[in-house]
Amino acid sequence: MSVLILPKTINKDFVQKIKELSGQDVRVCFQCGTCSGSCPMSEHMEFSPRKVMHLAQLAMGDSLVNLNTYWACASCHTCSVRCPRGIDIARVMEALRQITLRKNINFIEPSKMSAETIMGAPQIAMVAGFRKMTS
Amino acid sequence: MKINYYPGCTLKSKAKNLEDAAIASMKVLGVEMEEIDRWNCCGAVYSLAEDDLIHQVAPVRDLIRAKEQGSGKLTVLCSMCYNTLARANLIMKTDGEKRDTINRFMDEEIDYFGEVEVVHLLSFLKDELGWDKVREKVKAPLTGVKVAPYYGCTLQRPAEVGIEPMGSYELMTELFEALGATVVDFPASAYCCGSYQVLGMPDSAADAASKILNLAGRSGAEVIATSCPLCEFNLGKKQQGLIDEKKISQNIPTFYFTQLMALALGLAPDVCHFELNDSNAVEFLKSKNYSV
Repeated sequence: MSVLILPKTINKDFVQKIKELSGQDVRVCFQCGTCSGSCPMSEHMEFSPRKVMHLAQLAMGDSLVNLNTYWACASCHTCSVRCPRGIDIARVMEALRQITLRKNINFIEPSKMSAETIMGAPQIAMVAGFRKMTS
Repeated sequence: MKINYYPGCTLKSKAKNLEDAAIASMKVLGVEMEEIDRWNCCGAVYSLAEDDLIHQVAPVRDLIRAKEQGSGKLTVLCSMCYNTLARANLIMKTDGEKRDTINRFMDEEIDYFGEVEVVHLLSFLKDELGWDKVREKVKAPLTGVKVAPYYGCTLQRPAEVGIEPMGSYELMTELFEALGATVVDFPASAYCCGSYQVLGMPDSAADAASKILNLAGRSGAEVIATSCPLCEFNLGKKQQGLIDEKKISQNIPTFYFTQLMALALGLAPDVCHFELNDSNAVEFLKSKNYSV
């Protein structure tokens, strides 16, 4: 996926918005890629966590809108524990999810889940999944 | 000794095998586990957004129940509940502004300042009972059973609430050694099983689980031990599907640590509800001459 960097693709308030939602300053990231190397879901992500951090630093909020990266995140916190700059990256991913969820857009639709999943999955999977992926 | 404990939703149905085996085992060890009254769902995951205090209300309410009932310590079995309750407790202990907002919002409740200590049963076993006490009560040692201790995410991360630092697996290792089992070197102890992605991106979750199961196989483990019902679901109940899809090459039964403890303490297998584990679990126990 290519990314166009132009004045009109940059949303200057984005870094601040992420900071308000997550408490994290994405500009601190020095792009070492430890997060991507640690992430159990990286191989299924359109952009790795490092790339997402880079776009966030560049205030490219619009380029982050339709990525699956933060929806694939399982909040396992491995990146947050290992980040040498002390950024709680799991919180940044949460902020990116919240930006979409707070527009009343769901990533999963509970009504479309299969009966098999509903019968089989433990309650904590349901509660956690709905908390993370529905508005 | 009596201790208060918080079960959580899953332990009352799909993970009854985690709860019942724990209560029965602790009784043998001389500890009565008393469930707190009027508990509610903790929310399963801790809310990571700074401004999202409404999702802290559920776990804090549970902590208030514990405080009302006079528990200095609240024992938790489920890894996800442990993480959610311990992190909510940390806010109430350390963040004055958020604590004040939450206390004011719940004006029907008594004020809470993080007085209750949230403790996972594994920590309780080591710190309050000690492994010698466990060793004393072992009647049917798990001799020759090769166990992979699996912690997953929520027991160790983040460090502020971790039962031990990430990369260290002493609690489970010492427990299983006390029970007579052999603990294998297992590089995937702290890997994520895919967690709630089993709803959002099930194929990706299956890959994450397969990695763990394959590494367990290569480590020479015969069983995987966990304390999380969601890990048990992803690694255990989903296992046959992973074999059918050729993502993993061999079955490795998953058990809750409390079930292995109950077995070693010589308790009747029916308290362990092995029927709630995947079918390989029962097969494995039969192969080791346990009457289940």
